[in-house]
Amino acid sequence: MNYAQLPLAEQLILTLAAMILFTSFLLLAQTRIVSLIHTFAWQGVLLFLTTCLMAQSSGRYHLYISAGLTLALKVFFIPWQLRRLVIRLNIRRDIENVGGSSMIMIAGGALVIFSYYVALPIRELSELATRNTIAISLAVILLGMLMLITRRKAVSQVVGFMSMENGLFFAAVVSTYGMPMVVELGIAFDVLVAVILFGIFFFQIKAGIGSLDVDHLNRLHEVD
Amino acid sequence: MNGWILAIAQTILLLLCAPLMTGWVRWVKCKLQSRQGAPPWQPYRDLFKLFKKEVVLAESASPIFRVAPYIVFSATVLAGSIVPMVAIGLPTSAIADVIVLVGFFALGRFFLALAGMDVGTAFGGMGSSREMTIASLAEPAMLMGIFTMAMTVHSTNLASMTRYLLEQPLQLYPSFVFSAMGLLLVAVAETGRIPIDNPATHLELTMVHEAMILEYTGRHLALMEWGAMLKLMIYGILLGDLFLPWGIADNLAPVALLIGLVSVFLKLFLLGISLAIMETGLAKMRFFRTPQYLGLAFILCLLGMLSHVILEIN
Repeated sequence: MNYAQLPLAEQLILTLAAMILFTSFLLLAQTRIVSLIHTFAWQGVLLFLTTCLMAQSSGRYHLYISAGLTLALKVFFIPWQLRRLVIRLNIRRDIENVGGSSMIMIAGGALVIFSYYVALPIRELSELATRNTIAISLAVILLGMLMLITRRKAVSQVVGFMSMENGLFFAAVVSTYGMPMVVELGIAFDVLVAVILFGIFFFQIKAGIGSLDVDHLNRLHEVD
Repeated sequence: MNGWILAIAQTILLLLCAPLMTGWVRWVKCKLQSRQGAPPWQPYRDLFKLFKKEVVLAESASPIFRVAPYIVFSATVLAGSIVPMVAIGLPTSAIADVIVLVGFFALGRFFLALAGMDVGTAFGGMGSSREMTIASLAEPAMLMGIFTMAMTVHSTNLASMTRYLLEQPLQLYPSFVFSAMGLLLVAVAETGRIPIDNPATHLELTMVHEAMILEYTGRHLALMEWGAMLKLMIYGILLGDLFLPWGIADNLAPVALLIGLVSVFLKLFLLGISLAIMETGLAKMRFFRTPQYLGLAFILCLLGMLSHVILEIN
């Protein structure tokens, strides 16, 4: 079917999907910790809107529960929790220098093209109008991974990890109308527990090496 | 024949309205900052005054310095004649496409930069170097954004692009959202507005456009200033044509032309207000952050192209 013949709601879903990809790029480029957390929250908002639209246009109302979980966890709870941690650890004004930011951006673009080629055969299997977004969600996952690799600060690595989870959730929503409810609830609670655990880890790392820069973990301290 | 007369009339209208657009932006900006502000028609008085004044040339000025204002101005006027302002389907817009438009701007910029370096003052050279830095980063982003749109509308001719968009029912293309944002950033950079260059500054170390024309006086200065005003107007009309094409006349009947005229003024009126709000809210960026800003524009346009390929083609 031609793109111009799709109903406006589905065009809106596709546009929101592209916006989610854009927020992934913003996460990759963002150097201030607080803005990073805010961008992550905005990605959650877009994910919530997409899920609601999918629920509305497909008539599968159980997706609203997933959307509600996304709104509660990824838009409010996790960003709030991370922000609180950042304030308590007193790293609010920290700026992380991302080395070779333009190279990272080019790598991000290459990852999008790569995931498009990988997803080409997969999309033949799906009947949904939104099947083209499988490539986008794969790209969001890979961009989250790229962020995990390129960042040095523990907080931004956690944000990268969470945005990978966003990508997975998005893939499930657009390709198969979401995962079974049990799985979804399980993942939601896993993410919740992970954030709390990460919080404890932050304090441990900070107490152990005096900084949240994980590069310091490569050095041994016994010698001096 | 009728079309040619209309095309010439449209270009003259563009020429005459450009100072009003600049004056309007300045006036709204003054009101937003609780200042009295000169009336919107102040740029006409300035230009008139400058045209009357005599030209003072530096001793080291070469002929390039003297012809540059005329070349810059006429290149910008030619660029303006390509852009459909009131009506589409005029003969001038049929002979050249948007790549020629970018080329005209590049020609004007080349001579502007040469003129900046010609007299040999430190300010001029600095301004030229900065202008070329910005241009070399902005141009790829602009072309990328335009190619993204051209892939959807199957043309690089501005008139047929606008016609294609007008004839379709309302569509929401992800690639258009991205190229709109990218082209907006490029337009702000290319017309020397606030996060990149401050148009209201004189004799500061941060200026770009003003630094290049610092040595100009009299009618030369007037032409340079008028050219810059025209450029702002052209970018405004370009964005209006591509992203808000409604209202532009698609035939040459008087009623359609009138609607086109009103709609283009309305669009520029609103664009001027939003530009003034943006300029009041933002601070000028450090020059070394410009690559980041234009890199964002490029990434946006690139994402537009990728989302066109991934999402819109089946």
